[in-house]
Amino acid sequence: MGEVGKKQVRVDGYDKATGRTKYYEDLMPRDALYARIKHSEIAHGYVKSVDTSAAEAIDGVVKVLTCFDVPDIPFPTAGHPWSMDPGHQDVADRLLLNRHVRYYGDDVAVVIAENEVAAMQGVRALKVEYEELPFVLDVQKAMEEGAPQLHEAYPGNILKHTDMRKGDYAAAITEEGLIKVEGWYDTPSVQHCHIENFGCFAYEENGRVTVVSSTQIPHIIRRVVGQALGRPWANIRIIKPYIGGGFGNKQDALYEPLCAWCSTQVGGRCVRVDCSREETFVSNRVRHAIRFHIVSWVRPDGTMAARKVECFSNQGSYASHGHSIVAKAMGSFAQIYPCDHMECDAWTVFTNRPTAGAMRGYGMPQASFANEANIDDIAKALNIDPLALREKIIMPKGFRDAFSQNENYEDSFRQCLEKGKAYIDYDRKVAEFAKDTGPIRRGIGVAAFWYNTGVYPISLETSSNRMLLNLDGTVTMQCGETEIGQGADTAYAQMTADVVGLKSYRDVNVVSCQDTDITPTGLGAYASRQTYMAGFSIRQTGELLKKKILEYACEVTRQTVGNMDIVDGNIVRKPDGRVLMSLSELAMTAQYNPVHSEHITAESTYTIRNNAYSFGCTFVEVEVDVPMCKVMLKDIVNVHDCGQLINPALAEAQVHGGMSMAIGYGMGEQLLFDEKTGKPLNNNLLDYKLSTIMDHPHLEAQFVENFEPTSPFGTKALGEPPACSGAPAIRNAILNATGVSIDQNPMNPHILFKRFAEEGLLAD
Amino acid sequence: MAKNQYKLVTCTINGREVEKMVDVRASLTDMLRNDFSLTSVKKGCEVGECGACNVLIDGECFNSCLYLAVWAEGKNITTLEGLTGPNGELSDIQQAFIDETAIQCGFCTPGFIMTAVEILNRGVEYSDDELRKLLSGHLCRCTGYENIFKAVKKTMLRRLGKLDDPYLNT
Repeated sequence: MGEVGKKQVRVDGYDKATGRTKYYEDLMPRDALYARIKHSEIAHGYVKSVDTSAAEAIDGVVKVLTCFDVPDIPFPTAGHPWSMDPGHQDVADRLLLNRHVRYYGDDVAVVIAENEVAAMQGVRALKVEYEELPFVLDVQKAMEEGAPQLHEAYPGNILKHTDMRKGDYAAAITEEGLIKVEGWYDTPSVQHCHIENFGCFAYEENGRVTVVSSTQIPHIIRRVVGQALGRPWANIRIIKPYIGGGFGNKQDALYEPLCAWCSTQVGGRCVRVDCSREETFVSNRVRHAIRFHIVSWVRPDGTMAARKVECFSNQGSYASHGHSIVAKAMGSFAQIYPCDHMECDAWTVFTNRPTAGAMRGYGMPQASFANEANIDDIAKALNIDPLALREKIIMPKGFRDAFSQNENYEDSFRQCLEKGKAYIDYDRKVAEFAKDTGPIRRGIGVAAFWYNTGVYPISLETSSNRMLLNLDGTVTMQCGETEIGQGADTAYAQMTADVVGLKSYRDVNVVSCQDTDITPTGLGAYASRQTYMAGFSIRQTGELLKKKILEYACEVTRQTVGNMDIVDGNIVRKPDGRVLMSLSELAMTAQYNPVHSEHITAESTYTIRNNAYSFGCTFVEVEVDVPMCKVMLKDIVNVHDCGQLINPALAEAQVHGGMSMAIGYGMGEQLLFDEKTGKPLNNNLLDYKLSTIMDHPHLEAQFVENFEPTSPFGTKALGEPPACSGAPAIRNAILNATGVSIDQNPMNPHILFKRFAEEGLLAD
Repeated sequence: MAKNQYKLVTCTINGREVEKMVDVRASLTDMLRNDFSLTSVKKGCEVGECGACNVLIDGECFNSCLYLAVWAEGKNITTLEGLTGPNGELSDIQQAFIDETAIQCGFCTPGFIMTAVEILNRGVEYSDDELRKLLSGHLCRCTGYENIFKAVKKTMLRRLGKLDDPYLNT
């Protein structure tokens, strides 16, 4: 058996290397009308009126729709599976356009025109009169009494508060000889910055609405569009072509509902909504800025006696994924460094900033930054080597989480740390760098993380799959788990080839495009679930297809099913390995048999009731130019245990991308807002400081391949994990180099100057 | 509608001489995508920040979003479509992008490859730092640039007959 585990090139590589691959805009009907959105130019207030007359007079403008025209149907946007339990459904706080505008960039009106210029001129010609309200951008200020209120249903701006209590914190901290290590750690709003901006187009066909969208989650979008338009979900059809990256932003209903509604307002004509880069930064989704307050009570040997963790998550203006993100962040503390006595609290708070949603890592890059910083602060306070401290207190082999049933089957953390330590040459360099005293100081930092695989048991995990035996003996495979650039289709082809018994993964035709009218229902790309979840239904459906093939073969070959197998695309007799017929011969015979014709297909759904811990760590080497307040990344390695690799080349590539995102998070990226107006200040790729190829050293990706026993292919999460531990590793390397703790990211010269000055490093 | 809003442009695109009436306000990106269906030319920012729309104009790489369509008069333009042979044969750099796993979502790929072509066609052996600088006009969120760098460097060395770097051969 053969394809799983091999470094195969991508199934979509040729088309992407030749520019043939079609993304939503490349499929645009010639007659599509342009819809352009008028965004709020205040951070908080009410729209009193919209004067549309000048816009409507522009040649080419077809229709102007405002917040006074939209149906009063609140809908949710989060890309979560539907729950039959009303208490577990996402918060429905959205309207298609808003009279109550809650952030600078909120959606007020839309101009639909025959061409882009007219649509843009129309937007500029709209005269909006506002009643301005005070606004608030900071979480702590939003929680204060008398703060501006964003949503009537959420007094105090608290979307949700949850807590976790373990043992007896108050009693535990009275233990004699404990050392208290306390810190506040702050993470910023950042954006996904997929190179393809979000966009979609919608039209009506035979009374149904079709939306072609750059989304990660077509089946969920169908439900949300149905909710927003007040139509049965089956009345909506979503088509997902190739997309130019998503990273979680497109795990949310963005403008699909608005676009679909616009089409219904112009007689079902095709309408397109294309976000500019500037809109993508502000009016899509961002990563939650989370502020952490951690109080650790530790014994002199480094063991944890008690821990208090408070997490304050900046939700921005609408609920979107809401509390799920900080809940996941909070949940990580009790697991990575187990402690018997804990008090954890998490608040998700509305502010007048862009809406925060899912982004690669889903709360874990934030939690990892805070937790790993605090661990290094503890090591410093106790004068223990930070790596040795981690090796002592990090999640042990055999650790089991009662809620998710996740189990640490191997000593993955220590294995990962060991590998990273060897690559970075930890002991020698730490000793050598400690001698640095001049303006240039070198340092080594380490940070770790764990990550779930998918969303069970919090939400439904299901995967459906359809396989067809083609007449040439190849297999066509369809599922709802989407290709968004990560290489899922290639992994599926490799897994399918092995289960069915095909010669090559090239003998599998993975239908990459999802069409909710055709594709078996699936949930889409998120939560690092693709390969793990799809693996269950691929295994089950492949075996079903194989059984059907062999049953038909039984009629032709007169051999009993149990004595036959499919190997390299041939039906063979197991006892002597004799090739009885090829799959192509079988398929042709079955299809054109005048007595018993059969198109051999298999379809099945697998409900996944498992989760799996994925582990890893980052080691970095930095060179800090103290007077210049600049950090140079000299070397970086990520080590992951994501189970068995389905395709090592693609796995490495996933890790590179996540490491790059973590470097940006650590060193450069943040969305800035004007304190006086709430206006975003750097919502473009020039001012936002996305990492370029010059900002990276070589990115080293390594693996510990412990077979994951819950997965039919021994695999588990890898999509998001690489983005989790990079930023805190950089933070800890700066601490190691300079002795200065930087408790917020990005750690840019601006912040370093402030901290180095405070610590007296810039005294002369 | 304003007079003189359209102008006839005659140029060579992927080896074929063409002429087209274009809106004087249109970018070369618009013309290539909308008038010639060359959809490898991608739009990531439309203000020259991301490099996804890069094409070769008389052998030199430009952000086509910042280049007016009317400026194409008399120019020789190559898009990614022009690199592929008549029977779908790939150029060495396209093959390297596939082989080195330098492609993920594929959206930045066309622009990156066109810049790589410009660099490689100079026949110069660049240092790693030089190569990084030359490629720095492109943004990619998927790959961390690691494998893109590998693909370009390997192709450079292969063309120069010097592909013996042990790191690159791993």
